[in-house]
Amino acid sequence: MSPSVRLQEMIRVIRGARTQGEERGVIQRECAAIRAQFRQADNGTRSHNLAKLLYVHMLGYPAHFGQMECVRLIASPRYNEKRVGYLGAMMLLDEKQDASLLITNSIKNDLSHSSQYVQSLALCTLGCMGSAEMCRDLAPEIDRLLRASNSYIKKKAALCAVHIVRKVPELGELFTPASRSLLSEKNHGVLHGAVVLITELCERNPETLEQFRKAVPELVQIMKGLVMSGYSPEHNVAGISDPFLQVRILRLLRILGRNNETASDAVNDLLAQVATNTDSSKTAGSAVLYETVLTVMDIKSESGLRVLAVNILGRFLLNNDRNIRYISMTSLQKIVQTDHNAVQRHRGTIVDCLKDQDASVKRRALELSLALVSAVNIRSLMKELLLFLSSCPPELRAHTTSGIFNAAERYAPSQRWHIDTILHVLTTAGGDVRDETVPNLIQLITTATELHCYTVHKLYRALIADISVQSLVQVACWCIGEYGDLLLRGECEETEPVQVAEDDVLDALETVLQSHMSSPATRGFALTATMKLSTRITHNVDRIRSIVSIYGSCIDVELQQRAVEYNALFKKYDHMRPGKTLGPNYRLFMTFVSHSHPPQSVQLQMKAPSGDVIPAHGLGQVTQTVLLNNPNKVSLKMRVRVCYTSQDFVCQDTVQIDSFPSPAW
Amino acid sequence: MIKAILIFNNHGKPRLIRFYEYFAEDVQQQIIRETFHLVSKRDDNVCNFLEGGSLIGGSDYKLIYRHYATLYFVFCVDSSESELGILDLIQVFVETLDKCFENVCELDLIFHMDKVHFILQEVVMGGMVLETNMNEIVGQVELQNRMEKSEGGFSAAPARAVSAVKNINLPEMPRNINIGDINIKVPSLSPF
Repeated sequence: MSPSVRLQEMIRVIRGARTQGEERGVIQRECAAIRAQFRQADNGTRSHNLAKLLYVHMLGYPAHFGQMECVRLIASPRYNEKRVGYLGAMMLLDEKQDASLLITNSIKNDLSHSSQYVQSLALCTLGCMGSAEMCRDLAPEIDRLLRASNSYIKKKAALCAVHIVRKVPELGELFTPASRSLLSEKNHGVLHGAVVLITELCERNPETLEQFRKAVPELVQIMKGLVMSGYSPEHNVAGISDPFLQVRILRLLRILGRNNETASDAVNDLLAQVATNTDSSKTAGSAVLYETVLTVMDIKSESGLRVLAVNILGRFLLNNDRNIRYISMTSLQKIVQTDHNAVQRHRGTIVDCLKDQDASVKRRALELSLALVSAVNIRSLMKELLLFLSSCPPELRAHTTSGIFNAAERYAPSQRWHIDTILHVLTTAGGDVRDETVPNLIQLITTATELHCYTVHKLYRALIADISVQSLVQVACWCIGEYGDLLLRGECEETEPVQVAEDDVLDALETVLQSHMSSPATRGFALTATMKLSTRITHNVDRIRSIVSIYGSCIDVELQQRAVEYNALFKKYDHMRPGKTLGPNYRLFMTFVSHSHPPQSVQLQMKAPSGDVIPAHGLGQVTQTVLLNNPNKVSLKMRVRVCYTSQDFVCQDTVQIDSFPSPAW
Repeated sequence: MIKAILIFNNHGKPRLIRFYEYFAEDVQQQIIRETFHLVSKRDDNVCNFLEGGSLIGGSDYKLIYRHYATLYFVFCVDSSESELGILDLIQVFVETLDKCFENVCELDLIFHMDKVHFILQEVVMGGMVLETNMNEIVGQVELQNRMEKSEGGFSAAPARAVSAVKNINLPEMPRNINIGDINIKVPSLSPF
């Protein structure tokens, strides 16, 4: 392949490659030739070679060896070479590379070049990748260009100044006077750049914001000119005169009018005018209208104007065009905190959008619906959200479940409703819930004492229907272990009575233990529940004993350990099962603390007990300190198991601590 | 601020990529792949806005895209840009390309990637909208192209050669050359 082959030739050859491997080969050869050429003296092909390199860079191949070539080309006196060199610099260099410093001088020289096109190249590059030092160095040049040059350069200098201010905020003061005078320019490109620059300056510095409030009347005049002018072919987009500039000015007026009565007053009339005169049948008009609405809602506008604004959004919510519906929901999201009641009026339409086929619209509708939940509408809105959950796109499921849980926690009308809702979520999308859901639900169930019977029946039924959802199975196992006696008793006020035999319950737990779908944590729950049932049932203790002993040789170490411990308990105080009798002395033998937080969020450290004998009849006590490290401030729940021997019998006692004093976490 | 402008075809092959924030090369390619993956899943009658990508800028960014025949034009923007405004801007950019290339098609973008970059530079600078008036943009691009041609370089060499020869002052050609007995008739050649 001839080394002077042009960009188009190379592209043709690359496209002719039939496989990825062939393409790679072609590009490697081409890059080798380019590299060789870079090392040679100037033979007039440098700009072609860099252009070729930028092409392969776009396809994802390494091009870092072209960085120095960019520097050389930028320093060339020829426009063609400078042009490609600057483009290469913007694509291949960033301020972290050393080569970028080397172009500072070229940029400085080119900013005062006789040709405006060379100046514009320098401005563009500085505005894209200029480092903080380069910006500091060249800021005075930019300021000069803002004041004394043609419109083409002025508009580029304005955006370059924005970049400088972002890199070195203190330089904002330098540009303030020049940007103010740019507002009297007629050229729309310059005006646009000026408004962007002023917006940046005001957002960064409250004092500058104060100064620019004086410019509000001028900005209003410019807007009026745009809105009321007749058809202007130069700037017309679908019947709107320069909608881009209008949108920018409206944003700036929003920033200037926020929290300021005088500025807000000055723009009230203008906003009303724009809101009523803008034709929103095309995108351009809608863009202006939305910006107007957001400005109205953000500044201190009259209430009549605010009502008008929210109605405009409501109207757009019903528009056939999905883009318009999407944007109106984005806008409503911005004002839902401050104008909650106004947005509530449109709840019905928003909830309907949950059923739209467009995933973007659904996402917006979900966010808004969650923001609109209140004590008044919780029941009906939750029905809609649960319906949404059953068919929602997978990427939204986790967000939906956590939103539902938050809403339920804040506004649940009753504990039973709360438990039902969480169970419904677990059955529908249990795989997409956060880790804390299981302990949170367990705590909720524990505190709802009147509902224990109802809950255990419901969970049992869910368990025998489906054991694939781990979170649900874990809670069900725990519940059965804890309240199995209520389950077996059969009677329950809240649900239809159903006969559950001990064997049925043990069958269910054993199925969980043996299923390949059950995670190790789930098996742990099931085994513990089985063990707990040994004190709550009468006829099948042997069956439990055999289940537990099987797991004494389980591969999973955690399960094995539990099974062995439980086995030991079986052997050592079998005869004490119906009740405990306490003799004259207790000897402390083991203390065991467990908690049900996600691992690593809380760390435990147990100190040695103060003694290991407790005298009888309450004549003394033993204390043991447990240190908890809770850096993430999760809510703490603990279970303490105390094992002791009394007159040679081994006993155990379990205590659940659900609430710690809040300073503790 | 516009964080990136990506143009790729229906198979995900990049035709123009421009990032206005620094990303390492492999991250750039990942972003292109992820964006293509998100955008190509969309039906034709859904809205032009997409959220949910994870690689650029975290949660504060959206994809605003338009699908023209075989090409996707995707602008990745943050919340400071007006979504509908960007949608219109894409239209302006495409119409400008159409004017500059005369009925632009994918092949134009493939073979003239550098020219497309230069046109884009007149529309967006440093991640911010620079000029939205199509005539203004096209006018500036023409002037720059003229400057490129007038300067020369290889692309202008043949044209320069022709114009140089055209301007040579050739003396009048004799019709007959008489050297003793030899008579040579000079064929009549048409002038350049």
